Amino acid sequence: MNAPPERLLWQEASVARVVEETPTVKSYFLDVPSWRGFMAGQHVDVRLTAPDGYQAQRSYSIGSAPESPEVELVIEKLDTGEVSPFFHDVVQVGDQIELRGPIGGHFTWGKSDGGPLLLVGGGSGVVPMMSMLRHRANVAPEMPAVLVYSVRHVADIIFRDELMERAEKDPHLSVIITVTREAAPDQRLRSGRIDGALVADAFARLGGVMPRHAYVCGANAFVDVASRLLLDMGVPFPAIKTERYGGDPAREGGAGQPVPET
Amino acid sequence: MLPTRGFLGRRLAPEDAARLPPGQYKETGFPVLSAGPTPQISHEQWKFTLKVGPKAVKTWGWNEFNALPQTKMHKDIHCVTKWSKFDTNWSGVTIEDILADAEIEPPTAYTLAHSFDGYTTNVPYKDLTGEQAMVAISYEGAPIAPDHGGPARLFVPHLYFWKSAKWVNGLQFTQNDEPGFWELRGYHIYGDPWKEQRFTGDP
Repeated sequence: MNAPPERLLWQEASVARVVEETPTVKSYFLDVPSWRGFMAGQHVDVRLTAPDGYQAQRSYSIGSAPESPEVELVIEKLDTGEVSPFFHDVVQVGDQIELRGPIGGHFTWGKSDGGPLLLVGGGSGVVPMMSMLRHRANVAPEMPAVLVYSVRHVADIIFRDELMERAEKDPHLSVIITVTREAAPDQRLRSGRIDGALVADAFARLGGVMPRHAYVCGANAFVDVASRLLLDMGVPFPAIKTERYGGDPAREGGAGQPVPET
Repeated sequence: MLPTRGFLGRRLAPEDAARLPPGQYKETGFPVLSAGPTPQISHEQWKFTLKVGPKAVKTWGWNEFNALPQTKMHKDIHCVTKWSKFDTNWSGVTIEDILADAEIEPPTAYTLAHSFDGYTTNVPYKDLTGEQAMVAISYEGAPIAPDHGGPARLFVPHLYFWKSAKWVNGLQFTQNDEPGFWELRGYHIYGDPWKEQRFTGDP
């Protein structure tokens, strides 16, 4: 993708809906007046201004498909954070939130990129993948895709109902959800951390075809483990795109930060 | 700018706030962000090549590179993802010392750093001079961990940290200012944190 020719300008978006996804994650559906569209996997910057002019910025991934009229930001509350508790405790329908975007030209997927797709998400790292899966269902529903999604607890599964429903109805999509800190309550979920066997199962669901693109998003340690497993399975290094968020719980912008090297 | 309803925010101590570029927040950890898997590069595999255009001028192995004069830097670093980290300590070889060892004068005003994973980023040569930058091989007195760019990364702390290319394996002088990996993907060609040059077109 080439650089956008024009400056990304800040603009006011209004909060149209707020949906509680899990006890610690809420979706904020925004009406953005001058929105020029985005690619699945991109994010936006959000800027908050205090009465004295003090400002705070964070980045949040977009969970909605590019075809959706509203932009859905999925924000995990980090109690020690500055911005995410504000969203969870203060923001309500009708509020104006300043943002600019879309941002990020690497961790993206569109129909012309092709497939099969292997998506591996940890925690709120599933958010940009949800955008990709929703987009795929709209524009390339026969593109084979597998989502491997690791969460600590069953209660932490973001988009659980939608993912289950999509997996049931879509013969070309497979969803493997594993919980790492409790036993799986039913057969539709697995227990345990991502490992070679889990990745092998994901490959099997692609009919043994090597994924053309693998996207890995989550906490740094998760991304390291998952991307190494994919390399071990023979996925070429350049086919793996990653997005990491740091291990410090005070760090915000939780939902995956598709952003430059640091 | 109208205030955001109900937002008060946090304030840093004035001495910290003065060190924080606009839009940044102070981070005490060291987050890792990168576009792909972490390359594992042994010292035996490691090499660093200085190029002028397509032509390689000199290549150093790990031991040769470690034998070059070592410079220490104590700097704040600023990531375009909004975090800044104060008081980080690095050591390595300045670009001027690399050029001196190769016995060349800077042939052009622009450079492109290259990395083992194919990553590139552009930095004007003037930003690599005067103890503003180096190829770092140590962080806080220890080898740089692979996920922070070890064995060696470019270190240009006065620009956003994507310019400090991880897993660096070469520096190439270019005739023009050629955008690198992120600069081709919507990020600013220069990246001065104090001017908040995050994205293409930011003034």
